[in-house]
Amino acid sequence: MRDLLRVLTCGSVDDGKSTLIGRLLYETRAIMDDTFASLSQDSRRHGTTGEDVDLALLVDGLEAERQQGITIDVAYRYFGTAARSFILADTPGHEQYTRNMATGASNSDLAVILVDARKGVLSQTRRHASICSRLGIRHVLLAINKMDLVGFDEAVFAGIVQDWERFAAGLGFVAVQAVPVSARFGDNVTARSAQTPWYQGPTVLEHLETAQVDDDAIARPFRLAVQWVNRPDQHFRGYAGSIASGTLRLGDAVLVAASGRQSQVTRILGPDGDRTSASAGEAVTICLADELDIARGDLLAAPTARPQVADQFAAEVIWMDEAPLLPGRQYLARIGHLWISASVTAIKYRLDVTTLAHQPARQLAMNEIGLCNLALVGRAAFDPYAENRATGGFILVDRDSNRTVAAGMIAFGLWRANNISPEGLLVDKAARAALKRQTPKVLWFTGLSGSGKSTIAKLVEQALHQQGQHTYLLDGDNLRHGLNRDLGFTDADRVENIRRVGEVARLFADAGLIVLCSFISPFRAERRMVREMLAPGEFIEIFVDTPLEECIRRDPKGLYAKARRGEVPNLTGVSSPYEPPEQPELRLVTTDRTPEACVQDVMEYLAG
Amino acid sequence: MLLPQLQRLEAEAITILREAWAAFRAPVLLYSAGKDSSVVLHLARKAFAPGPMPFPCLHIATGWDFREVLEFRDRRAAELGLNLLVHTNPDGLARGINPIDSGSQVHMNVMGTEALKQALDMHGFDAAIGGARRDEEKARAKERIFSHRTAGHAWEPRHQRPELWGLYNTRIGPGESMRVFPLSNWTEFDVWDYIAAENIPIVPLYLAAERPVVRRGGMLIMRDDERMPLEPGEQVETRWVRFRTMGDWPLTAAHDSRAETLGQITHELRESRTSERAGRLIDRDQEASMERKKREGYF
Repeated sequence: MRDLLRVLTCGSVDDGKSTLIGRLLYETRAIMDDTFASLSQDSRRHGTTGEDVDLALLVDGLEAERQQGITIDVAYRYFGTAARSFILADTPGHEQYTRNMATGASNSDLAVILVDARKGVLSQTRRHASICSRLGIRHVLLAINKMDLVGFDEAVFAGIVQDWERFAAGLGFVAVQAVPVSARFGDNVTARSAQTPWYQGPTVLEHLETAQVDDDAIARPFRLAVQWVNRPDQHFRGYAGSIASGTLRLGDAVLVAASGRQSQVTRILGPDGDRTSASAGEAVTICLADELDIARGDLLAAPTARPQVADQFAAEVIWMDEAPLLPGRQYLARIGHLWISASVTAIKYRLDVTTLAHQPARQLAMNEIGLCNLALVGRAAFDPYAENRATGGFILVDRDSNRTVAAGMIAFGLWRANNISPEGLLVDKAARAALKRQTPKVLWFTGLSGSGKSTIAKLVEQALHQQGQHTYLLDGDNLRHGLNRDLGFTDADRVENIRRVGEVARLFADAGLIVLCSFISPFRAERRMVREMLAPGEFIEIFVDTPLEECIRRDPKGLYAKARRGEVPNLTGVSSPYEPPEQPELRLVTTDRTPEACVQDVMEYLAG
Repeated sequence: MLLPQLQRLEAEAITILREAWAAFRAPVLLYSAGKDSSVVLHLARKAFAPGPMPFPCLHIATGWDFREVLEFRDRRAAELGLNLLVHTNPDGLARGINPIDSGSQVHMNVMGTEALKQALDMHGFDAAIGGARRDEEKARAKERIFSHRTAGHAWEPRHQRPELWGLYNTRIGPGESMRVFPLSNWTEFDVWDYIAAENIPIVPLYLAAERPVVRRGGMLIMRDDERMPLEPGEQVETRWVRFRTMGDWPLTAAHDSRAETLGQITHELRESRTSERAGRLIDRDQEASMERKKREGYF
């Protein structure tokens, strides 16, 4: 068991969080008499509890917080019992302060999540639980508070626990202890309550004192991010840093992750001098047998269990700045001790932290979480956050203001470099796309004959090609003469034509390509069919919206003239219907605009 | 052998100290010779071994420091070969600012806060390392380990940078600086336990002895020299007292104690029902006074 436990508390003042914390602090004698006296004074000025001491003021230390009666920032509280010392990160419950909760969670081992017994599991509870889960917290104390207001009813408690279990099943918590509590009257906080004879479990404090929060960092492969190269004179060259995970012994082989070079450990210096071994959490300085090129920011690792090395990765990003995340903009990333330029190349989805649903998104606003692809200007070494919290997290910093704008948890590397053995690597759509460094898409241009679809599609393909994107254009010219030459222009043939085009587009997208399709495709049902063949978000319907009169005026293929003469029996818009898209991703009006301007619209849409 | 808890705190502090050195152009250690900065100094010597501690120490002398503190400071600087810089606000001296006539607020603002800003600007320090802890006070409880200061040395509590994992944002703009707090997560108990375990020298004023004190406003003030006039009815008495915290002597209260050893100090602390800062007169001037002082650049 460790003797220092880092605890996060989540919940709002309404849930009685401050009262619970105040009681824990007071009963473990962490609040001194003079602090309590000044608290009583403050209570009369700012308090909301009448004659009672307002314990919330103990926690809300900033003037603005006291005046507004809200908690803005993470506060750290320290208390201890004979069994353990606790560092308590107290974070506000309001939605807009998700970033503070994430900050507190990033350094905590266990979370205390408060639920008001009268209200049960709320969307706020879900939000707290899923943020804890995403930040890697695996132990939860579910404090079901205000039990006094529901008559200490066991059924209420059991119902809330059941609701919680239904919701939290997929969140990866390994241990959840639910405790019925009345923070105001002290039931089951530090002393067992006579009001809950049906509850056999521990009190809040007992659980905090005894929870088995196994620190498995020591069991993971060795990692040390070089913080500083110590060269006091020409006789000594040591690499200083904290051991992020694993154990290092004299004579061990060590790999410099980015360069792939190896050497052996000749000395390990701890805070009190030479050691024969050192483990996760210790700040050491190590010497190697060979003079390798190692600098601050390098990651030293066990050669038998290597970290990933890549210049692109997918990560869950928590946006923390008032200005939204803009894909394509350059930020500074800090990964371990490495500072490197980075940009978000794509937002795959935004996570609704309450329902865990994935939503399409072009940007992330403050306190939103999304899965993003990031590109670095060079390579970095890391582990997935789920495997190693110390080497899988990063922050993003605005280059101008130096504000910390985001925190990220790496999911996986996207561009696997040469030191990763390729065997076993599944060659799937994602792998093919990653090799091309692009996101497969199907750009579906629909509109009347002569509307300008093909002209625009060809120009878009040229523009994408110039950006280094891998594309393919499907249109009547290359399909009607080959694959679809058995098809005519009846309604049934038109449907079959589009079905085949859709299947070909799907295969090309699976190959990792950006596919451009230029077809009149007059029927909504067929366009929907193609949309449904593809992954969500992959099909981009572009309505080239040119009025029939304008198409007839242009008549580039002379089709309308032929139709007037009765030579074309089924011309869309004339003798066959066109169903315009109801909700296209993009609508291009071509009258009074050049094709180049329309291309610009498409490119801007694609850039997000 | 340290308790695992102290090992963790020690490792964290060493990492913070190395980060301050690796990430900043000109860091400085604010050394007041008090118990907390003595611990930071001890940790800094460990952090950069086998090399020497690479940055200088800065002491802001107000002219009202305890004599024993100054003696201790100079002795330690000589023993350890420290590059010790001492700064006193010359304008404040010229204006005759002192805690007795000017009041504690003006005195601490001019001779403490302003003096610190002068010294940081004069030497061009961009990171100032101090021994403040989050358990001392509720405004400190919200401060970051790497705490940004504007070009005017102001703290903006509402615009603090989120601090996740150990990934400190050490980037600063021109003229801006960082305050760095390696002992952020230590408690007063941790400091004393560590001093005892590591045998770190401390100013003797922390230990109980017979000292000349005056009872004033419910506090015991040690009359360290003749500059503090006695008010009618006041008389100097000799009592067994010690200090829990070090500040300017007219602004720092002693308390009755017979704790003459480190063991007795920690025992006394565990029995105590008052907080460390109860002995600081300057914190009582106004509600939220620490936050205000910090926003203006106080350490």
